[in-house]
Amino acid sequence: MRVQAPFGRRRVAVTGSDDVGAYRVLHAADLDGPAPWPGQFYMLATVQRWGAGADERPYVPRALSFLGAAEGQLSFMFEDVGPGTRRLGELRAGDELWLTGPLGNGFEAPQDGRRAILAGGGVGIPPLAAWASALNARGVVSAALLGFRDAHHAEGARLMGAGASAEIATDDGSVGRRGLVTTLLESELQRDAHAVVYACGPPAMLEAVRALCAARGVPAQLALEAGMACGFGACFGCVVAVSDGGYVRVCVDGPVLDAGRLEAVPSH
Amino acid sequence: MIDFCAITLAHPIINGSGTFDVIAARRVFGDALLQAFPFSAFVSKTITLRPREGNPPPRLWEAQAGLINSIGLPNRGLHGYLEHDLPQLAALPVPLITNVMGSTASEVARLVEALDEREEVAAIELNVSCPNVRTGLDVGADPRSLGTLVRAVRPLTRKPLIVKLTPNTADVAAVALAAEAEGADAVSLINTLRATALAPGGGARPWLGGGTGGLSGPAIRTIALAQVAAVARGVRIPIVGMGGVTRGEHALDLMAAGATLVAVGTESFRDPAAGGRIAEELKSLQIAGTHSTNVNASQAQVEVDVNSADLR
Repeated sequence: MRVQAPFGRRRVAVTGSDDVGAYRVLHAADLDGPAPWPGQFYMLATVQRWGAGADERPYVPRALSFLGAAEGQLSFMFEDVGPGTRRLGELRAGDELWLTGPLGNGFEAPQDGRRAILAGGGVGIPPLAAWASALNARGVVSAALLGFRDAHHAEGARLMGAGASAEIATDDGSVGRRGLVTTLLESELQRDAHAVVYACGPPAMLEAVRALCAARGVPAQLALEAGMACGFGACFGCVVAVSDGGYVRVCVDGPVLDAGRLEAVPSH
Repeated sequence: MIDFCAITLAHPIINGSGTFDVIAARRVFGDALLQAFPFSAFVSKTITLRPREGNPPPRLWEAQAGLINSIGLPNRGLHGYLEHDLPQLAALPVPLITNVMGSTASEVARLVEALDEREEVAAIELNVSCPNVRTGLDVGADPRSLGTLVRAVRPLTRKPLIVKLTPNTADVAAVALAAEAEGADAVSLINTLRATALAPGGGARPWLGGGTGGLSGPAIRTIALAQVAAVARGVRIPIVGMGGVTRGEHALDLMAAGATLVAVGTESFRDPAAGGRIAEELKSLQIAGTHSTNVNASQAQVEVDVNSADLR
């Protein structure tokens, strides 16, 4: 499912920002943009001082799935992992963003009365949170299973919002069950496998979810992450290998792909 | 209106080959893309005789004020281009320039012959950043190899033939002269500069799946300016200048250095509508009379750019 973007980038105002555990949440007023579909993403760059950071970067905009969208207000969530996210993290109310989007294909709703299982972790929360709200509004039952490194990161689970009470696992056992999100998913599928799994998270986690769903014959939609320069199919930089041969662009053919199209989720 | 090889263009800004996929962009942006089409002519990505998947990922590395790409020319091949892409590209509101590459002169000849038959194609651009099978050097790096190639394909089409020069050579002006001597109608430059990046974590392993790639973006703008100026001192045929253009002033600089048209590439990644914006900025500058009529304009512009504007 895709909502078309207005052509070109637009200048929008940052309306606020907050810290949620290890994550930064950025709010922006996108008054002229269309309402996006969960799983879609935007390309973001600051209007001022995009560049001249660490190692004279960032240069190209950064691709971020939206966390929430309502009445012309968009929110994004990220962790400071490089010069782009660092600069975005400095933004405060009144600062400005360049925004292109919504981009890519979002999630498809479950068919055949299947329920939705949302499985993710870390910075993979945004598309799942947006999807949880949309499913809740349509009366689709969903379960959310989230994995985090530790208690500090697990505070990000609060961003899932209404509609999905999240079950949590942490690597160090400080919150929820000790272990990986796939541990939770395994129990959940044992209980009832008439479901569609929607997943987003780090590559190793996504690959574990893909393999588990493939073994159980459960359909899964994976929201992939890839380094990309443009977000609209121009640069051909964000490709992923598909099982029927060749590559597809994560930006225009994804970022949500049926897990069955992939032999494996690449590690970078 | 601008005359370029007898093709009439609305303004001097076009796209660099392989930097804008209008078929994908139309899915993303819809008809708004066509209503505000950013370029006065559209240059296709490089088409080869057989389909290519392109290089294994990772394909990108963000560099200082630029980008290294190692895409590897993915395309549907000549047949796929003619069947699938050409009807969609022909629906664009601007003339179409098709870029081709072959690993031998006979491959290039087959591509040029096939495109010559298609009235949807206004001009043909040769990508000569391809290794000579015998010498291993890029055809476009060596005036003699390039001259041989242009001589072989020139008689096969009456459409304008543009040679896209590589900057990865000792003397770009000599290569441009060879292209002109064998009948090229125009040259375009610069292509990306060969570059690489190492995978994080130490060691000598390259990050890019293709090992090396090409650097583009503002980092190469001053090199583009110098190479366009050098070529303009030698040839009489029109020049398409490109390399790191992000604003109207940069386009004006390249035109002062001798370019007739200016191509925008990497900036479109940051701003999908960059071509149209730069065309507007250029027009305003030209109306304001900022352009130099001095015969030494290219020299003057180089000094302005290097010695003041970018060091402030």
